Amino acid sequence: MAFLEVNGIFKRFGKTEVLKGIDFTMDKGEVLAIIGSSGSGKTTLLRCMNFLETPDAGRIVLNGEELFNADGKYSDREIREKRLHFGLVFQSFNLFPQYTVLRNVCLAPELMKINQSEKKLSRAEKTQIRKEIEENARQILASVGLSDKLMNYPCELSGGQQQRVAIARALAMEPVILCFDEPTSALDPELTGEVLKVIRELKTTDRTMIIVTHEMGFARSAADKVIFMADGIIEEYGTPEEVFGNPKSEKTVSFLEKSLENIT
Amino acid sequence: MSFLEVTAQLSKGFLTTLQIFGITLAGALPLGLLITFGSMSKIKPIKWIFKVFVWIIRGTPLMLQIILVFYGPGLIGWDIKIDRLLAVIVAFIINYACYFSEIYRGGIESIPKGQYEAGQVLGMTKSQIFFKVVLFQVVKRIVPPMGNEIITLVKDTSLARVISVIELVKSAQDIISQKSLIWPLFYVGAFYLLFSGLLTILLNYAEKKLNYYQG
Repeated sequence: MAFLEVNGIFKRFGKTEVLKGIDFTMDKGEVLAIIGSSGSGKTTLLRCMNFLETPDAGRIVLNGEELFNADGKYSDREIREKRLHFGLVFQSFNLFPQYTVLRNVCLAPELMKINQSEKKLSRAEKTQIRKEIEENARQILASVGLSDKLMNYPCELSGGQQQRVAIARALAMEPVILCFDEPTSALDPELTGEVLKVIRELKTTDRTMIIVTHEMGFARSAADKVIFMADGIIEEYGTPEEVFGNPKSEKTVSFLEKSLENIT
Repeated sequence: MSFLEVTAQLSKGFLTTLQIFGITLAGALPLGLLITFGSMSKIKPIKWIFKVFVWIIRGTPLMLQIILVFYGPGLIGWDIKIDRLLAVIVAFIINYACYFSEIYRGGIESIPKGQYEAGQVLGMTKSQIFFKVVLFQVVKRIVPPMGNEIITLVKDTSLARVISVIELVKSAQDIISQKSLIWPLFYVGAFYLLFSGLLTILLNYAEKKLNYYQG
């Protein structure tokens, strides 16, 4: 059985059908790249998986557990718990500007483990949890190369550094699947490299990832599987060699041609 | 009447002014937030009740509202003795809370959606997102317009004399009518200037403190 199963996801905004039946599966440790032109529904699909949008139909099954079914009703609390299986790195970083880098990474784990805790924690326990969270955050920030920026504020960092903080912040919640929504689209070309490098490093740790991207070179070299989306459906699915080397669909061919034109 | 005597008498009036100012601020700041939540409510009837309320309060003179709070109960045959100062403070708190609520609303709506979404995907509850992520950013953004309102409040306190509360301007007027001295009325201006100057310095300091980050 597949690790992640996405079945028949439909989503409409008003009269516009954005997703018209999305099905795909993913194995554990796999890196899936989703490519396609703007408006093809890639970002909406990612947002559905992170419960930022509610699909009108379809279901999402992770590791045998049904996370979402359009027929079901979910409380805020259930959604909160379910969405923690997924992490999301935004195109525009969305760091919390008033907090330091370290605080940005520690805030959510602290709120979850201390403020949302079922049992009453003693002061000593709270201090202990805080210490563990901070230690963990320092390690994650070191792994994305930001050990020397812990006490800086987001506005003092470059876009690439901010995006790496955002990745660290998502990692601190220990998501099962980490999603990226065009993580380099808001960056200057010379800064995309450092972010893509971090994502490549995450791949070596067998992290399951879904990456919506416009970086064709990156999708081709870093992904295990590639989905090409067009007009709300999956037009083409396969390994990078299949999708980039030997595309079957007309739409894929013309999209890839245009993307390559832009590069050269 | 000597300069010192005038100063002493005006100072008494100024104390009342300070009292109106301080209590109004302490009451209207939190009440404003409540009105904001009401007027941003997803439940349509609640939202409209609050919107209409804000419209009425902002659309009528504060002077009229003070008079209404003080004489209103008597007019509808409700026989209670309302303390003058209390009536003034009640009217001021309600009036300023409405103005504050609109500033708060503007501040809250100016926070990018991405901040809420970032909090959501990190598993925060709605109230955690508001109090831990959004609120501080709102405070930073609303300091300048709030400063404006607070300075206006200093001078609006003079409206209290319409129901004979002896605040700063009224105490000067009393001197004029009793002692036939006109200069104390202008002397009053110095009190207001000094106080609003002090507040301006404080507000600038707060603004500077909050400027440790951009965005």
